Amino acid sequence: MGGLLKQSLRGWILVLVVALCISALANVGLNPYQQQILFYIAINIMLATSLNLVNGFCGQFSLGHAGFMAIGAYASALVSLNFQPLGAGFDVLIFPFYALIGGICAGLAGFVVGMPSLRLRGDYLAIVTLGFGEIIRVVLLNLDVAGGARGLYGIPGRTDFMACFHAFFWAGTTVLLLWRLVHSSYGRAFLSVREDEIAASCMGINSTRTKVMAFVISSFFAGAAGSIFAHTTNSLNPSSFQFVKSVDVVIMVVLGGMGSLTGSVIGAILVTILPEALRPLQEYTHVDLRMVIYSLTLILLMIMRPSGLLGSREWNQILPGPWRRRAARA
Amino acid sequence: MEELIQHVINGLNLGAIYALIALGYTMVYGVLQLINFAHSEVYMVGAFAAYYGALRFHLTDNPGWGAFGLTLLIAMVICSALGLCIERFAYRPLRGAPKTNTLITAIGVSLFLQFAGQVVFGADPKLFPEVLRDETLFSFGEIRIQLFDVTILAVALVAMLLLNYFINKTKTGMAIRAVSFSFRSATLMGINVNSIIMVTFIVGSSLAGIGAVLVGLKYPKIQPLMGTLIGLKAFVAAVLGGIGNLPGAIVGGLLMGLCEEMVVAYLSSTYRDALAFGLLIFILLFKPSGIMGQTRVEKV
Repeated sequence: MGGLLKQSLRGWILVLVVALCISALANVGLNPYQQQILFYIAINIMLATSLNLVNGFCGQFSLGHAGFMAIGAYASALVSLNFQPLGAGFDVLIFPFYALIGGICAGLAGFVVGMPSLRLRGDYLAIVTLGFGEIIRVVLLNLDVAGGARGLYGIPGRTDFMACFHAFFWAGTTVLLLWRLVHSSYGRAFLSVREDEIAASCMGINSTRTKVMAFVISSFFAGAAGSIFAHTTNSLNPSSFQFVKSVDVVIMVVLGGMGSLTGSVIGAILVTILPEALRPLQEYTHVDLRMVIYSLTLILLMIMRPSGLLGSREWNQILPGPWRRRAARA
Repeated sequence: MEELIQHVINGLNLGAIYALIALGYTMVYGVLQLINFAHSEVYMVGAFAAYYGALRFHLTDNPGWGAFGLTLLIAMVICSALGLCIERFAYRPLRGAPKTNTLITAIGVSLFLQFAGQVVFGADPKLFPEVLRDETLFSFGEIRIQLFDVTILAVALVAMLLLNYFINKTKTGMAIRAVSFSFRSATLMGINVNSIIMVTFIVGSSLAGIGAVLVGLKYPKIQPLMGTLIGLKAFVAAVLGGIGNLPGAIVGGLLMGLCEEMVVAYLSSTYRDALAFGLLIFILLFKPSGIMGQTRVEKV
């Protein structure tokens, strides 16, 4: 028991230290544009790792992550617009609470969507989640509370040290919790459902329950990521949550390797930075070739290297020899 | 009452188009167990092929049945070629790979065609050429039967009858049924599965081409993203009827078209697109195998 406590404590300390370092660096050496990208990296890490739980570890295929992100973003933004118990200087202290609300709302939606579609085998989940993402967008467009096509404005949001720390603390928490989850007995249940659902049921695993659980957890973190998104951009618009956003996340997961959290983190960082790096190309060609390149990458990846960059390996499995042995011992 | 009949006619028209596209989804699903996401983009390319073909051969100069037929032919040929290419270069290398991988590839192909379409054709909508003039055939009071309505229904009906003949009465059709029944046994029976899959793609894609021209007649605004929504709805129609089941796709398509028309007419047009997915979730909850599909027991 003591060992377990120590192990989990070490994880949290690591998350704290990494988040502190990144936010300190962001405030010293980066301009606002780069800071913005850094925020997107944190958000995308949350989205990619959480989607990987469903798509990679559980072997299902969700295509509506942007929808859950939208729910989290709008729910938390509506709360924060109407409920600000602390003054403007301290509102960052309550940001985690907003993110929690966004996550819970998205998790509930995940339950409602996942229940009917996860009972079935096959690709239904992909279609249902795709449809769900579109429904959410249409509803948001027509909802007066959510501002319709104009969206929401004036959401309290900041991009300073504390906000950056908050974003990366959430990102780290996501990775850590998912890491602990997939290395637990629940994680083994996810894997067994992915490998062979019938065999898993024979071993006494309630496959529907397992899948719905993965889906709800995944939606929760997508919602939390949405909340962080809302509280850094200060305004929300249904057009930020289009189908393309969901595809972005899928690409991060596939590029990094389905079934590897390390891969998802790397994928999220790459896919966030690449479009910015490709900006000169767009200025040169005057057409937006970004999505063409994305989709071609996706096809070629599936044909030539379906396992992505890392396959299902994690960071401790790709270190060079002596390091790997140390990591294995630790 | 008269209004209702008019809505039913419109709904049937829309439904016939959905059914044509749904047939393509259901056929490919039948043989490969793959949701061919790229099918909606094949349909989009069909519309553009008809557009450029009609302009190239100056078919709008003398609109009529000849011009219409030629447009149909162009769209069908280009769609079949595209369907074949997609099968050959994207799906075949992945035969036998995990299902998720093929699904991701299908989405990738779909996105690629969408965005490549925006680059090649331009993102702004184009007006579909008038290869056939619309006229009122006859009217009872408020009800007006337009030539386009009759054409759409007639063309769709002929295509479906031909398909029915092809699938049920010819040897190739029998082979398609065999492959969709059991991929492995079909191989053991000496059926060349690869060529059968190619035939399936050709037939499915040319149906999408027909659908594209019919939609072009009725709703003459075409743009590279036009396929997404109609493709999704057609897929929902296929699931509604029971995916893998050809009559089911037709029933599902017609039902979908009617439902949509009624929602637009009597509720609100903003719910138009939400309806399809609501219907999908509903059917998945209560009868996941669809209206005409039978539940197969999965054997270990």
